[in-house]
Amino acid sequence: MITLFYLAGAIAVISTAAVIVQTNIVHALLYLILSLLAVAVVFYVLGAPFAAALEAIVYAGAILVLFLFVIMMLNLGQHTRDQERSWLSARMFVAPGIMSALLLGQFLNVMSQIDQDMTITRVGVMEVSALLFGPYVLAVELASILLLAGLVSAYHLAKK
Amino acid sequence: MTLEVGSGLTIGLILGTVIVVAAMLIWVERRLLSFWQERLGPNRVGPFGLLQVVADMIKIFTKEDWVPPFADRFSFVLAPAIIMTVILLSFAVIPFGPNVGVVESNIGVLFILAMASLGAYSVMLGGLSSDNKYALLGSLRAAAQMVSYEVFMGISLLGVVALSGSFNLRTIVEAQEGMWFFIPQFIGFVIFLIAGVAESHRLPFDIPEAEQEICAGYHTEYSGMKFGMFFVGEYLGLVLVSSLITVLFFGGWMGPSFLPPIVWFALKSGVFIAFFILLRAAIPRPRYDQLMSYGWLFLLPLSLINLLVTGAIILST
Amino acid sequence: MFKLVKDTLISQVVTLWGVFKKIFVKADTVEYPDQQPYMFPRWRGRIILSRDPDGEERCVACNLCAVACPVDCIALQKGEMEDGRWYPEFFRINFSRCIMCGFCEEACPTNAIQLTPDFEMAEYVRQDMVWEKEDLLIDGCGKYHDYNFYRVAGKQIAGKDKGEALNEAKPVDVRSLMP
Ligand code: SF4
Ligand code: SF4
Repeated sequence: MITLFYLAGAIAVISTAAVIVQTNIVHALLYLILSLLAVAVVFYVLGAPFAAALEAIVYAGAILVLFLFVIMMLNLGQHTRDQERSWLSARMFVAPGIMSALLLGQFLNVMSQIDQDMTITRVGVMEVSALLFGPYVLAVELASILLLAGLVSAYHLAKK
Repeated sequence: MTLEVGSGLTIGLILGTVIVVAAMLIWVERRLLSFWQERLGPNRVGPFGLLQVVADMIKIFTKEDWVPPFADRFSFVLAPAIIMTVILLSFAVIPFGPNVGVVESNIGVLFILAMASLGAYSVMLGGLSSDNKYALLGSLRAAAQMVSYEVFMGISLLGVVALSGSFNLRTIVEAQEGMWFFIPQFIGFVIFLIAGVAESHRLPFDIPEAEQEICAGYHTEYSGMKFGMFFVGEYLGLVLVSSLITVLFFGGWMGPSFLPPIVWFALKSGVFIAFFILLRAAIPRPRYDQLMSYGWLFLLPLSLINLLVTGAIILST
Repeated sequence: MFKLVKDTLISQVVTLWGVFKKIFVKADTVEYPDQQPYMFPRWRGRIILSRDPDGEERCVACNLCAVACPVDCIALQKGEMEDGRWYPEFFRINFSRCIMCGFCEEACPTNAIQLTPDFEMAEYVRQDMVWEKEDLLIDGCGKYHDYNFYRVAGKQIAGKDKGEALNEAKPVDVRSLMP
């Protein structure tokens, strides 16, 4: 199980890096899908099967399909690939690199204070639902209102 | 010989059976279609034309396997592999009998939905990488169609999940001991049936590959075994949807005990496969916008109402 | 609402049932190589050259068929026997061009060229589609049993002088004064 975790984690990190450096946008998206699926496996191994399934259905299965859909409409060709390549200079990585390093340091700091041998508790569908409709019901309602507003405005825009 | 869930023998048997059945369906479909059209169909190769499958396979394996020079090679080769993998993986969570299956999964239903949504990539990448206008149109249609019908597919399943209280397909089958779920969940069943047809893009919802309008849609540029994988993938999808309907709404392997459970399962799925072929023989293809508005304006509210009513009934009893 | 249900569900179910019933209907297919279809005698198929009731070649190499042919697939060469009869030295039909229109049969004054109800003429080598006189000539009269061109035509051949043909008047002696 733990090897699976590290394997999936490594795949996720590598494919995310590939998303950044890939100049062909369709290939970049494929790597992004791969990274999301690897994250889903990580979730599963850590004992959250419901989150894993939702990650695969919602992110990999729906949202990125829409990304791909948009790319299809845009008619990207060789010129966008060249543009991407011209942007991929080392200079562009300085600021993001510094910020990521800061984040990494903070992360390592936090992780070092956590108990090393955590026990994995499986969080099934029932537990997630009980939490969502119990203590967090207000957050769920707020999110649904936000989504409703988004839906209405999307409808309004599409009608024009 | 005893079969148990997850043993190597069971996995091998299931994989072999599923692939052989999917290949045989090529012949079954052609014969059944022709009977419904007052023809005879392929009856030359072997007894009743049974070996037609072998002939087709030999033909498709020896065809030139061509990758167009203008195509995006990586995605072009990847696309047909995705559909086969995804659908074969979906069979892993289906309980074929009391002790036949590949894995026991507590999120079986979700797993199948995830796999179905990943299946959309095969069609989209196939069309996008071909760099062909017909293929692009086909995959555009496929993307919109599959993303939309996934929604109703998922929602129509939730009634069953609520009734049985589990995402585990084996538990769902066992919960149908007294009454098969197609009686309390009839609307859910109908929606799932329609969404299943759309999801496996078979006729009458084969809009992504509508031959009369856009050549062959997303697989216009495919030939040889890569085309064959799309082709067998479609039949695998048909088998998958039929067995899912059997599992979710028609009591899986249950039936009077004069036949073994696995035979009951095969019989029920066979009836649905034949029904899907009948759909193909009888019903014309709708227009693209009709398909979309039918889904979003009719099926989505219907499935939501179905879910609400089911939930209310469960809470009140 | 009711109309929607009727259009989307009821009518589809009715269609499904109607098509399903067809499984009990006998198929219309004729299983051709096992079950030979009846070919009508006037079917326009493979072309033959026939002989007259005396067993002589009917064709008189008049070239009318070659002229009539819309795709120009007939080629022949006139020859003459000692007794005065004309005959084709060679007679060639390119069946890969022939469209089985039957114009040659219409044009022929001697009923020599005829179309028959045979259509199984596929070949593996394209050159084999060119048929020579030996391939075309048959030993019978074809569709017209008692027609003999030289018996009714005025053409003079050995053993049949002018005016001896069927229904033919004696030739007028232009040097005589009698009417
Ligand atoms: S059937 Fe027509 S095409 Fe054929 S040889 Fe006679 S005239 Fe020519
Ligand atoms: S076949 Fe008939 S039309 Fe043709 S050359 Fe001979 S006599 Fe004339």
